[in-house]
Amino acid sequence: MHEVVLEKVTKKFEKVVAVNKVSFQVNEGEFFTLLGPSGCGKTTILRLIAGLELPQSGNIYIKDKNVEKLLPKDRNVGMVFQNYALFPHMNVFDNIAYPLKIRKQSPEEIIRKVSEVAENLQIKELLSRKPNQISGGQQQRVALGRAMVQEPNVFLFDEPLSNLDAKLRIEARSFLKCLQKELQTAAIYVTHDQKEALAISDRIAILDKGVIMQIGTPREIYKNPENVFVAEFIGDPPMNLLDCSLKCDHNKTVLDFSQITLDISPIKDLVREKVNDGEAIIFGIRPEDITIEYEDISPNIIRGEVFMVETLGPETIIHVKIGDLILTVRDFSEPNLNMGETVWLKIDLNSVYIYKKEDGKIVI
Amino acid sequence: MFNQRTNLWHNFWIYMLLFSIVLFFILPMLWLVIAPFSSKASLAVKITLPSLNNFRELFKNKVAMLAFKNSFIISFSSTIIVTITSMLAAYALSRTNFKWRSTLLYSLLLFSTVVTGIAAMVPLFVLNLRLGLIDSYLSVIFVFIGGFLPVSIFIIKDFFDAIPKDYEEAAIVAGSTPSQGFFRIILPLSQQGMVVIALYIFMNTWGSFLMPFILLRSVNKYPISVAIYNFFTQEGLPLLGLLSAYSLLYSIPVVVLYIIINKKFGFGFHGGIKG
Repeated sequence: MHEVVLEKVTKKFEKVVAVNKVSFQVNEGEFFTLLGPSGCGKTTILRLIAGLELPQSGNIYIKDKNVEKLLPKDRNVGMVFQNYALFPHMNVFDNIAYPLKIRKQSPEEIIRKVSEVAENLQIKELLSRKPNQISGGQQQRVALGRAMVQEPNVFLFDEPLSNLDAKLRIEARSFLKCLQKELQTAAIYVTHDQKEALAISDRIAILDKGVIMQIGTPREIYKNPENVFVAEFIGDPPMNLLDCSLKCDHNKTVLDFSQITLDISPIKDLVREKVNDGEAIIFGIRPEDITIEYEDISPNIIRGEVFMVETLGPETIIHVKIGDLILTVRDFSEPNLNMGETVWLKIDLNSVYIYKKEDGKIVI
Repeated sequence: MFNQRTNLWHNFWIYMLLFSIVLFFILPMLWLVIAPFSSKASLAVKITLPSLNNFRELFKNKVAMLAFKNSFIISFSSTIIVTITSMLAAYALSRTNFKWRSTLLYSLLLFSTVVTGIAAMVPLFVLNLRLGLIDSYLSVIFVFIGGFLPVSIFIIKDFFDAIPKDYEEAAIVAGSTPSQGFFRIILPLSQQGMVVIALYIFMNTWGSFLMPFILLRSVNKYPISVAIYNFFTQEGLPLLGLLSAYSLLYSIPVVVLYIIINKKFGFGFHGGIKG
């Protein structure tokens, strides 16, 4: 059974298409993340599921039930807003109890459920405080409590961690994941932070301009980005993407970057199957799949000049200039490099991605 | 370094100036408190033998006493109706957006504030005459409602605009109907605004003279603002003792209301709205 299903859902705001024929399924107990740059329509999708917006076309199912005609109150979803939206005039207890009170549950039942939730979230001692008397992290838990207490069909999280400071955010995200696994309730999580998405999700949908670019597990998305957008978006530092064209000689297959060429003979069969001679393509390589060499040791190696070095503790990001091109390299060996130094780059041809220039789709 | 002495002198002159300004404004109030209790009231602030004669005579005056009832009826009903209707209208205007919304709001505001009182006197009289409402409370109440509605919609809308939409959405997702969201979340969050509006309307209607004077004919329907003219002689000379006593009674409800509300809600707009 799928907890939430979207079928070709389209939402327009006047002339702007915010969500364009989006379809996906969220499985039972799954942590599903919508990831994309701001303005890509991810929050709108969440609001469509909650019933705060109505789609122009397409169907939304929650627990196999079409919710087209259901008001938000009848959809039983637990939503956590970016700014938490805790009711400032109510104390923590009343905030958490709100969904139960509005459903006219008995006072004993309310007290029992609220204390259970508060216990689970470790906010029991805060119940009599007002939202403005507790910290951001605590507010976030209260908002979570308010969503949990009604035992929703699905959780909807709208960037719930973005208002927390960096340290707390990492703590909160593992807490959130544990909690979700414990409750066994499906969750749809919206974020623009790829690290957060990769860390927390069972599956991720990457969106751009209202269109889903790829859906997959965090590993799939990182290992096999299906198009240039995903390739560029996922990964920090991002993948090196360079325009080039394929040149085939009688015995050599090279990528022509106009200033340099790269011999890709070992993988030529794979490439030539799908790319014509002379066709414009985009060459992609992740920074960690390039190795820095200090001397010209092998034939298929590229000479460059160190342009900038960022030392980030365990890793070092090195920007290497090759003519007009700049390649980013990620190195874990704590190299001692200076600007302007000459280095040689060895590219792992097994980790190369090639995309068609015209539609950005993956070739290999 | 500052010269302490010049500083002191400097302050002295400032205090003198402030004192004279304060005196200028406080004198009428002093008069209002002292004159009703003096046996021979005059325009001067003069403490004489205290007496309650003015009040005794005042309470015997039927018209003057009835006027209290009339004023309460008119002011309370206008206040309540305007506050409730403008609250609902402002909420709708705040949360929906349609073409010409702000134009509508501004033109309403413009007409109700600029084209009002004396300018609208004749048409309003004719209108009420045709409707057969002359000499009824309703005529005055209607005119007050029409006059204050745009301003209060405008101000209350500002209050609603300041409340993030997320609160209602959170309430709606949590299982409320939109109206429950309004009454349980938005209204409590904007109650200060409501109270300010209510007080503003009450004070204005309580003190309004022109409309009841034009629209009400029979003496026993006059509100206080009109009935106060009983205390002028045929020649237009004020009976200062009675007039001052009546004025004092007239101002008490507003002052009391203000104190109660200030105690209960406070007029400092601190906190409340932000989460």
